[in-house]
Amino acid sequence: MSTTTAERLERTWEEAPGLGSWMDTVDHKRIGKRYLYTAFLFFLAGGLEATIIRTQLIRPELELFAPETFNQLFSMHGITMIFLFITPMLFGFGNYLVPLQIGARDMAFPRLNAFSYWVFLFAGLFLYSSLLIGRAPNDGWFNYPPLSSEEFTPGINIDYYTLGLLFLGISTTAGSANFIVTIFKLRAPGLSISRLPLFCWAILATSFAVIFAMPSLTAANVMLALDRMAGFHFFDVEAGGDVVLWQHLFWIFGHPDVYIIFLPAVGIVSSIVPVFARRRVIGYLLLALATVATAVIGFGVWVHHMFAVGLPTVAMAFFAAASLLITIPSGIQIFAWLATVLAGRPRLDTAMLFVLGFIFVFVMGGVTGVMFAVVPFDQQITDSYFVVAHFHYVLFGGTVLPIFAGIYYWFPKIWGRLMHEGLGKLSFWLIFLGFNLTFFPMHIAGLLGMPRRIYTYRANLGWEPWNLWATLGAYLLAAGIVVLVANFLLSLRRGAPAGRDPWDGQTLEWATSSPPPAYNFAQIPVVRSREPVWDQPELRELDRRVEDPELALAEGHETVGTSVLDADRETVLHMPSGSMTPLVTALGLAAVFVGLLTRLLPLVVLGVAVAVAAVLRWLHLEEGAA
Amino acid sequence: MSVAAHAPRSLRAEPSRGRSPGFWGMWMLIFTEATLFSILLTSYFFLRFRAPEWPLGDIPPPELALVFVMTPILLLSSAPMHWADVAARRGWTGQLKAGLLLTFLMGATFLGLQGYEYMHTLREFTPRTNVYGTLFFTITGFHGLHVLVGLVMVLWVQFYAWRGAFGRHRQGPVEVVALYWHFVDVVWLAILVSVYLSPHFWPQ
Amino acid sequence: GGSREPRWAMTLVLGGGAVVPFAVLVALWAVTLRDAAALSEPPARPALTVEVVGWRWWWEVRYPDAGAVTANEVHIPAGVPVRIRVLAGDVIHSFWVPELGGKMDMIPGRVNDMWIQADEPGVYRGQCAEYCGLQHANMAFFVFAHPPDEFDRWLAAEAADARAPSTALEARGQEVFVNGPCAGCHTIRGVVEAGNLGPDLTHFGSRRWIGAGTVRNNLQNLLAWIPRSDEIKPGNLMPPIPLSTEDLEAVAAYLLSLE
Ligand code: HEA
Ligand code: HEA
Ligand code: HEC
Ligand code: CUA
Ligand SMILES: [Cu+2]
Repeated sequence: MSTTTAERLERTWEEAPGLGSWMDTVDHKRIGKRYLYTAFLFFLAGGLEATIIRTQLIRPELELFAPETFNQLFSMHGITMIFLFITPMLFGFGNYLVPLQIGARDMAFPRLNAFSYWVFLFAGLFLYSSLLIGRAPNDGWFNYPPLSSEEFTPGINIDYYTLGLLFLGISTTAGSANFIVTIFKLRAPGLSISRLPLFCWAILATSFAVIFAMPSLTAANVMLALDRMAGFHFFDVEAGGDVVLWQHLFWIFGHPDVYIIFLPAVGIVSSIVPVFARRRVIGYLLLALATVATAVIGFGVWVHHMFAVGLPTVAMAFFAAASLLITIPSGIQIFAWLATVLAGRPRLDTAMLFVLGFIFVFVMGGVTGVMFAVVPFDQQITDSYFVVAHFHYVLFGGTVLPIFAGIYYWFPKIWGRLMHEGLGKLSFWLIFLGFNLTFFPMHIAGLLGMPRRIYTYRANLGWEPWNLWATLGAYLLAAGIVVLVANFLLSLRRGAPAGRDPWDGQTLEWATSSPPPAYNFAQIPVVRSREPVWDQPELRELDRRVEDPELALAEGHETVGTSVLDADRETVLHMPSGSMTPLVTALGLAAVFVGLLTRLLPLVVLGVAVAVAAVLRWLHLEEGAA
Repeated sequence: MSVAAHAPRSLRAEPSRGRSPGFWGMWMLIFTEATLFSILLTSYFFLRFRAPEWPLGDIPPPELALVFVMTPILLLSSAPMHWADVAARRGWTGQLKAGLLLTFLMGATFLGLQGYEYMHTLREFTPRTNVYGTLFFTITGFHGLHVLVGLVMVLWVQFYAWRGAFGRHRQGPVEVVALYWHFVDVVWLAILVSVYLSPHFWPQ
Repeated sequence: GGSREPRWAMTLVLGGGAVVPFAVLVALWAVTLRDAAALSEPPARPALTVEVVGWRWWWEVRYPDAGAVTANEVHIPAGVPVRIRVLAGDVIHSFWVPELGGKMDMIPGRVNDMWIQADEPGVYRGQCAEYCGLQHANMAFFVFAHPPDEFDRWLAAEAADARAPSTALEARGQEVFVNGPCAGCHTIRGVVEAGNLGPDLTHFGSRRWIGAGTVRNNLQNLLAWIPRSDEIKPGNLMPPIPLSTEDLEAVAAYLLSLE
């Protein structure tokens, strides 16, 4: 019985190889991998830009690159890392893992998921086409007007920025809505909200933050695009507009965004720590609450990016207090992980090394963040390299190190092989040392008065040694990343077979094969524990084992729908199969944005027509079907 | 897809309980759009309270007569939409179609009147006149765009209603479209108060 | 997996993660309020207000009470607080002298006040701290803190009109300046008034730097700056000005004579 069920599932879910299925797939695992690959390529591009930046700054008064080139490079570096690398990379993990961790067969809206990926890809290519023609955005990642207005930055550089981010925002928003509904409705029976894996908690909190934060960036970019392309006056002081409005709108998005970036990384850490400490995580409830609290408080601190704007002191005191308060959830998380490690029997595989490195680096970055909340200190240090140091400690240390940990941890699941441990440890030490060598000196340069975003600097201001070290560190860091990439490629071919569960993991992805079959689980599991794989011996070999035929759902593309809080079985959800409509819709939208960029109205009209037609096809209701 | 005969009983036999993923998905869209409108209206007041006078320049406060006709039309259009929703749930196809038709006509009338209003207003000022004009047309235009999208959705369910796609076994799409339509109506109230009424009743 | 959570673990998590941080944070907030209040108002009412306007990529420095205008140098009396009123001419800039205190953004459509105090006479370097485009990197200035009586003398001299040419070369230089393109952008008080497209050059001869801290002010650099300033400061808003060698030398001599 069980083999036949698996075989039947195989037949219904398997996708034919070939270009057709490559374009029309809606499998969350394939889409997740695409997110990971694409985002990582953007990381390498952003890292290359950073390496060029560092090379230009290795010595004072170097002119390897023209100022205009430098400005495009640092702007694209920031935009790439924030918008095209980190969030999509974490969405990649989310896409791959959330359905597996909650015991579902796909995301709630598989086609929307495919659509999100295509839009991300096209928006990324759209933004990067600017670099090819030498007209990339050049006013930094937060793009303040009036510098970014048509008057002071004529040309299409900034149109790339506004349109590219509007385009990308569609992907991020759709992806987030999809995560929320998936986690709300598709959890396996019994996987109540109080048993939700912490990684899923993080994705849930992040997705809600996106839903409420993204509109602010969208509004800002619509306004700026209208100002630039249609002569509107939002940021035109002469006609009653105000440039500080942009700063508020940008940071109402921007600060929540840093936690949107940070929370899924925290989720990765919370997944890894208990497995390598070999005990249950301590303070599950506190960790889940801290995740939610961070997302919520994160909406109340944006003004700390504007302490030098000349706002009233009372306002600054309020936002300083909120910025201080937000450290409490972070503190709780740090100590919960430490307690788990101390109470357990830790093993130091590469993934765990990256996690420990993360804890060290993130605490440093967090502490400098807290220093900024002291308003007079921030007014001294804002827009200097001290800020650059802070945000790389939290972005690279707080987010990229967990991402690397996640790669080492889930590689066996996703690609079915083990990564090389020796190379892994080498990559860790190179990256860890290189990172600190790069970014620690920036604190000092900033304290010595070095402003950020300068393409060159004068000699004899005391900044030379720190910049030299930073650049050398960046090269070491790059070497570490080359080792990581090499290890990845090597292990992809030569790695030892991983088996289902090489780490003795606790969540459901470890109960199925590596990589999982197209249908994920032969039977939707019934969950009775927070660490189901540790506590429920029957949850093994779920790629073929069927205990409860009712939950096998082998007749079509189906999964179980459950209730939002308790995950009681409610219904059988019919899942769509492959379709070209997401790709065509995304292409239509791409035509719209290219048309707006080049002011080709016919292209815009064509794009709208294609997109609308594709959406109607997509939403076609089959006669009689449920 | 065919529903196989030997499929598990309990899950399939029972009428499906709980809200559909589509319902939750629509709520997410509404959350994010509602935030977008709040941001636009907040920006309106942010700029307004920095201005020496409001409306700026020689622009008179917005004309209200037409708006007082448009508003009830749009708000009342939620009633036939609700009627259609209920009809879909009960499987009354005729009433479903009638409700949708009425909703469409009222929504279209609203849009037509808004277009008529624009023709007048544009003679006095445009989005390029100053930031008042910019805000007025951006916010009302953005809402108009939402009504247009709502109308397309209504047409879409109407199309499938005619093809007999709805019944007891399926009413989700109608429910979801109704949700969106009510949302677009409610947002109009916020716009009415901020953009049309506040310049009259809230002195600078 | 291990068993239930040990008691010490929860103490560690809540103590280390919440209780201790909370105490630290309350203390930090108290410090913030105290210092922010202390720093928002100077200890004594400043007698002197200097207006600084940020332009791409130089600083206009005005002494409204004395009627003096200069560029890229802020002269102040040492030992007393001075009010700095910051404004923006085009895009956002930010006024920052690291050794003398925090930043204040210069924002179009807004007027921001701050104050600085140099306890000791001396020279303090400042730099634009808000990214303002192509030459944000070369937008520096210097604060000169003088003993009070020296400052008063400086201000009186700065408020005066430019001195007249004293040699034939300088006279020729003045003529070239007034009749050439220069007068379209640069004011030399008592000679030509030209708005503020470029820095006021009335007392340019006594300034230490050219191009907002880009190169030292001397004959050689000035001879290079006038015809091809974009080679020294790429993209700056002074166009290259082709002058005959004689005219160039005359203008340079004239400008350097404007002490
Ligand atoms: C992952 C991203 C991330 C994270 C997690 C954070 C975390 C924090 N950040 Fe950071 N921040 C950025 C990304 C991030 N930041 C970016 C990108 C910028 C610059 C944008 C730009 O200008 O380009 C920025 C800038 C920035 C500023 C503006 C600086 C300026 O421009 O002048 C401020 C000001 O308050 C700030 C504060 C904080 C605070 C208080 C935290 C807190 O959340 C940190 C909390 C964590 C800890 C404190 C460590 C753990 C806690 C303990 C061990 C407990 C004990 C600790 C204490 C009692 C202190 N950040
Ligand atoms: C997640 C976010 C993230 C990450 C990971 C990084 C990573 C790095 N950043 Fe980033 N940085 C930002 C986000 C990030 N940065 C942001 C938001 C800004 C602000 C921008 C602004 O002001 O607008 C900024 C600004 C910024 C500056 C300040 C620029 C300025 O103000 O003028 C500097 C300067 O040193 C810098 C350096 C680096 C370095 C050396 C790395 C390194 O860690 C990079 C390491 C990676 C590599 C070295 C890649 C290795 C690749 C290769 C070796 C190429 C191989 C290629 C192929 C095989 C195809 N960054
Ligand atoms: C189109 C306007 C324009 C014209 C014409 C022009 N300048 Fe300039 N000038 C500027 C600007 C703008 C700067 C500031 C450049 C900077 O530092 O970024 C400047 C700077 C200078 C400086 C350096 C001032 C300082 O304190 O740093 C000198 C000297 C100067 N100009 C001389 C001249 C002479 C001589 C001429 C004519 C032969 C001339 N300028 C013509 C706009 C102009
Ligand atoms: Cu002026 Cu930066
Ligand atoms: Cu922040």
